[in-house]
Amino acid sequence: MDSGTTGKLRGCASAPSGFCPLTRRSVTTDAASSHAENIPQEDDKPFTVRLSDESFETYELDPPPYTLETTKKELKQMYYDMVTVRRMEMAADRLYKEKKIRGFCHLSVGQEAVAVGIEHAINRQDKIITAYRCHGFALMRGGTVKSIIGELLGRREGIAYGKGGSMHMFAENFYGGNGIVGAQVPVGAGLAFAQQYNEQPNTSIVLYGDGASNQGQVFEAFNMAKLWNLPVLFGCENNKYGMGTSAARSSALTEYYKRGQYIPGLKVNGMDVLATKAAVQYSKDYAVSGKGPLVLEYVTYRYGGHSMSDPGTTYRSREEIQRMRSTHDPIAGLKQKMLEWGVTSEEELKGLDKAARAHVDAEVAEAEQMPAPENTPRNLFEDIYVRGSEPRWMRGRTVDETFYY
Amino acid sequence: MVSPRSSRTLIPRVSRRCYSAAPSPAAKLNLPIDYKSTPLLHHTPSSLSSIPDFPAAATSKRLNLFQSINSALRTALSTSDKVMLFGEDVAFGGVFRCSMDLQTEFGSDRVFNTPLTEQGIAGFAIGAAAEGMKPVAEIQFADYVFPAFDQIVNEAAKFRYREGGTGGNVGGLVIRMPCGAVGHGALYHSQSPESLFAHIPGVRVVIPRSPSQAKGLLLSSIFEHNDPVIFMEPKILYRAAVEHVPNEYYTIPLSKAEVIKPGKDLTIISYGHPLYLCSSAISAIEKTMKGVNIELIDLRTIYPWDRQTVLESVRKTGRAVVVHESMVNYGVGAEVAATLQEGAFLRLEAPVKRVAGWSTHTGLTYEQFVLPDVARIYDAIKQTLEY
Repeated sequence: MDSGTTGKLRGCASAPSGFCPLTRRSVTTDAASSHAENIPQEDDKPFTVRLSDESFETYELDPPPYTLETTKKELKQMYYDMVTVRRMEMAADRLYKEKKIRGFCHLSVGQEAVAVGIEHAINRQDKIITAYRCHGFALMRGGTVKSIIGELLGRREGIAYGKGGSMHMFAENFYGGNGIVGAQVPVGAGLAFAQQYNEQPNTSIVLYGDGASNQGQVFEAFNMAKLWNLPVLFGCENNKYGMGTSAARSSALTEYYKRGQYIPGLKVNGMDVLATKAAVQYSKDYAVSGKGPLVLEYVTYRYGGHSMSDPGTTYRSREEIQRMRSTHDPIAGLKQKMLEWGVTSEEELKGLDKAARAHVDAEVAEAEQMPAPENTPRNLFEDIYVRGSEPRWMRGRTVDETFYY
Repeated sequence: MVSPRSSRTLIPRVSRRCYSAAPSPAAKLNLPIDYKSTPLLHHTPSSLSSIPDFPAAATSKRLNLFQSINSALRTALSTSDKVMLFGEDVAFGGVFRCSMDLQTEFGSDRVFNTPLTEQGIAGFAIGAAAEGMKPVAEIQFADYVFPAFDQIVNEAAKFRYREGGTGGNVGGLVIRMPCGAVGHGALYHSQSPESLFAHIPGVRVVIPRSPSQAKGLLLSSIFEHNDPVIFMEPKILYRAAVEHVPNEYYTIPLSKAEVIKPGKDLTIISYGHPLYLCSSAISAIEKTMKGVNIELIDLRTIYPWDRQTVLESVRKTGRAVVVHESMVNYGVGAEVAATLQEGAFLRLEAPVKRVAGWSTHTGLTYEQFVLPDVARIYDAIKQTLEY
C-alpha cells in the first residue's frame, strides 16, 4: 500500500491543504457580455441578441445556440422583475433587522438573474421546486410581494398562512421552498414523472445549491430520472459557498454540470439573465422532446451571507464580494446592455426603478398592516392528518377563558 | 358551566405578540425563564462540590452550554488522539460555535468540515468507530438527521449485536445535534426527534439540561460506552443557560436519572429544556398550595432509561406527570406512563399525565401554542393532585 496516497486523501478530507482542486469557473460571470445590433423601433418586434462565447460549457451535449430572440418589451420586463426581486429582498432584510421578521431568512441578492431568467424561459404549466432561497422564485411564479413579506412576518395572509416563513413558500406549479438541503431533488423527479405520465409538454425545473449537490438523494434522483427518461432539468445554483464552506472544500468535483455522469450537462452564466433564459429555453425543448433529463449549473453569486446570522465575510474576502457587486451585477449588466443597444433611455429605466420600488414599498406596507394570526385551534390543527388528537379543552387564566375544542 | 361557543368568542383577542419570546403583560405563569436565578444551574462554584458526579476540589469557570460543549470537546480531543470531530461547518466553529478554535488547536486532520451529506457523515463515522476511533459527528440541526436515520438504525444500532463473537462495536461514536424549539425556528429548525431514536435498541439517547451536565455526559458518551450515542443539545440553552462548569475531565454516568429536587406528593419526570418550565411551575404551585412538595426528576438519558429511580419515586409519591417538548403521540411520555402503570400500579393515586407538544407541526408563529408551557404544567400538577 502506498501510504502517501492515504495521507493525501486525508489531507483532502480535512480541507485547507493544497490537494483539493480549486473551483474552476471558466464560464464567464460577466453580466454584460452579449451583443445586439439593429434594434427595431417597436416594443414587441423580435430581434436577435448574440451571447458571449463564454456563456455556456457543455458535457456530452451540443451547446445551445449562442443567440437569443427577444423584444424590447421583454428586456424591460426582465429588468423590472430583477429590480423587484432585489427590492423585496432588501425589504425583508430591513424587516429582519427591525426584528419584525424572526427565525430563518435566506436572501438571494445577487442571484436574481437565475429566478428571472428561468421564469422567462418557461410557461406557467412548467414546474419549479427549489431549496430555501426561494423568495424570488415565489414572486416569479405568481406570488405577490405582499403575500411573501406577509409569510416572512408570520401573517395569516402570508403565502403559506404564515406557517412556513422564509423557507416554505408555494404557488401554482411552484413546489417550494424546502428546508432540508437536497430533499427537494427526488421530489422534483416525481413532478417530472407525473408530467411524463400525463403526457404534458412540460418540464420540471429542480434547483439545489452547490452544498446540497453532495447529498446522496440527489444522485438517487439522477438515476431515476435517466432510467425513466424524465423531462426534468436539474439545476445547481452554484454560488460558490455552501453556507461557509467553499465549493472546492466540500466537493470532489466542482464542475456540477458533470455530476450527472450519464446525464448530459450544461453550465451557464447565471449572472446574465439572457444567457440563463437561452439555456433554459434550449433545455426545456430538449427535455420535452423526449431526450430526457439534463443537469444544469447556474454560475452565480450571493452578495449577502448564507442567512441573516451570517455576515458572509468570514470565509471570503470583502474584495471578492465588492468585485462581484461592482462588475458582475446582473441588474447593472442588463441595464448597461439595454442602454448600449438603445433599447431604452436612462429616464425610462429610472421610471422602471421607481415603479418597482413604489410597488414593493406599497405591498410591504400593506403586509406589515396585516393582523397576526388568531390563536384558534382551527389554525393550529388544520392540514395535518390526525384529527381528534387535539386536547378536549385548554385551561385559560380564568374559568371563563377555558377553551373547549 | 361555560359553553364551548361562548368561550370561543373570547379567544380572538388579537394579541400583538407574534412570538413566544414576548409574554403578554397579563401572564402570571408563562413568564420568561430567569436563568440567573433558576435552581437548576450552579450559580456559584460552592454548589458544585455537593454533586457526587463532579470531581472533588475542582476548579470551575462560568460557561454557557455551547462553551461547555466546546470545553468537553477540547478535553476529549486532548485526552485521546482517537477522538476526531467533523460535520458541516465545524471547522470554523459550527453554526452554534460549539467547535470554536478546535481546528486551530488540534489540526485539520482531526477537526474538519464535511460536505452536506448527513447519511454519509453517519456512515463515515460508523466506519471510523468500527476501527477503534472515537468520532464525534455533528449534524447541524436534529431536523437534518433523517437522511442519516438508516445508517443509525440499521448500521450503528445493530453493529455490536451483529458482530457477536468478534466483540466489534462502535463505542465512542457520538452523533451530536442541536434540538428543540427557540420560538421561531418553524418546521425544520425546531424538532426533537428523541423518541424516534429511543425506539431502537442499540443506541443511547442523551439530552443534557445544563452546561455542567452536558460536559460530563458528553465525555461519558465518548469514553465510557461501547454503544453509539445520540447526543441531543437543546439549542435554546446554548446561550441562555450559564453556570459553573468544572475545568477538569469528569463523567456523568449514562442511563442514570437524577432527582433534582426531592418531594413527597407528586413526581415530575422530564429532561432537557422543559425542566426549567417544570421548575417554575413547581415553585408556583408550592406557593399557592401550601404544604405541597413536588419531586423533579431529570431522565438525562432517554434510552435506555433509568426505570428504577423513576419507579422508586412514584411508588413514594403516588402521582406522576411526564413533560417533554416533542409531540405527545408515541412520545417518551407514553413509555414512561406505561412503565409506571406496570411497575407502580397499586401505588398510583391518579392517572399519569403527559404534558407535551401537541400533535401538529411547529408553524412559524404557532410555536408558543404547540409547546408545553408553565401554565400547562401547573395545570397538570393541579389536576393530578386533586384527582
